[in-house]
Amino acid sequence: MNYLRTISAVVKKDLLHELKSREIVVSMLLFSVLTVVVFSFIFEPGSEFKNRVVGGILWMSVIFAGLLGLNKSMMSEVDGGNFSALMLAPVDRSAIFFGKAISNFLFMTIVEAITIPLFMVLYNVNIFNTGFLPLVVFFLGTYGFAILGTLFSIISVNTRTREVMLPLLLLPVMVPVILASVQALNIYVLGNDVVESYKWLKLLAVFDIIFTVVVFAVFDFIVED
Amino acid sequence: MSEPLIQFSKVNKKYGHIQALKDVSVSFNKGEFISIFGPNGAGKSTFLKLLCTMTGPSSGDILFEGTPLKKLKDDYRSKFGVISHQPFLYSELTALENLRFYGGLYGVEKIDERIKEILTKVELYKRRNDKVRGYSRGMLQRLSIARALIHDPEIVVLDEPYTGLDTHASGILTNILLELFDDKKTIIMVTHNIKQGYDASSRLAIIKGGKFVFNDEKSNISLDDFEKIYTEAVSK
Repeated sequence: MNYLRTISAVVKKDLLHELKSREIVVSMLLFSVLTVVVFSFIFEPGSEFKNRVVGGILWMSVIFAGLLGLNKSMMSEVDGGNFSALMLAPVDRSAIFFGKAISNFLFMTIVEAITIPLFMVLYNVNIFNTGFLPLVVFFLGTYGFAILGTLFSIISVNTRTREVMLPLLLLPVMVPVILASVQALNIYVLGNDVVESYKWLKLLAVFDIIFTVVVFAVFDFIVED
Repeated sequence: MSEPLIQFSKVNKKYGHIQALKDVSVSFNKGEFISIFGPNGAGKSTFLKLLCTMTGPSSGDILFEGTPLKKLKDDYRSKFGVISHQPFLYSELTALENLRFYGGLYGVEKIDERIKEILTKVELYKRRNDKVRGYSRGMLQRLSIARALIHDPEIVVLDEPYTGLDTHASGILTNILLELFDDKKTIIMVTHNIKQGYDASSRLAIIKGGKFVFNDEKSNISLDDFEKIYTEAVSK
């Protein structure tokens, strides 16, 4: 089976599994919506200060919901030993990894598609003030999170304290993605010149490329034991 | 004399400070039904993991038809079908969806025909559209057998396959194994049940402390003698 067909088979299987169980997206969505709603009570209506921090709140709600989703997504592979079965298949193991990462990316995108409009209404901000570049930020940031998050969820899923271990391993490495995404989003929310955001977009793109290449090269060694 | 199908040559496997396999040199021929016995922690699962490339040896060579596994590509794994005490199935998907997914990964042609054939063999065709979540332990294991055999593998690896099976499911598994043996497939089974393993197999082996302490054809030893050897080996 060729590389792309393996990725596609894993993604299709994950989407079908999610369509039937509705376990991952629903729990992620509930968590991100609750976070956005609870934080919306902090700011007084019309507060100027809020525009400087809402980008961070939006990203944190997405990131923490993503952590929840990653654990659940990997649990469906570990229950019943499915991940071992995937590793036994006569296909490139990194293709299976990228299939899982793309599935996680899609689940997070669905959550973002619902959370972002709700966030804009509750906080009375328009992140698309200066165009549609925020979509690029979300695309690059979510991709980076899905790649690294999937990798670390595979590493942490067999530990007893997986719920704690995943954020402990992942968040320190994710700092460049979080920082760049929040900074870029703040530029759009505040209506500053979009050119200022290009350096952050470049950082996100470089991060994504580096980790895609690294995972492709070393995934076999990571899963061997 | 023909090349052995699988050959372990001075294979060691360490997990940190723990040596799971020690200097293992053993070979199995095509068409043999090998039952491997041993106490818990003897190294049986590590042996199977090495065989299926789930892990690599710390030192030594594993050869398949004379070629080191290191030189073989991912295709080597298509020669195996693994039946474990874990089902390797997605609980939210139906039997049909599970088999389509795994069949796709193994590049099975005419997948629907093959699924019908294999599900009929394990007596689950009528339940093909039911979610696996609702299956009993016996049904799960039968579906697990179907999953492992969907690509018609040359070698069938079984890790404690009878665990938790009722008489009906055990009977189906035994019949399938005997059928595979008649078809000249190579079967490697790890089990604790000496009588069941002895009856089914053509070769018997015992692992103790990471080493093969016994490996001989069944025709050279009676069940009683083998039981004595096993008891002696594990109590040392």
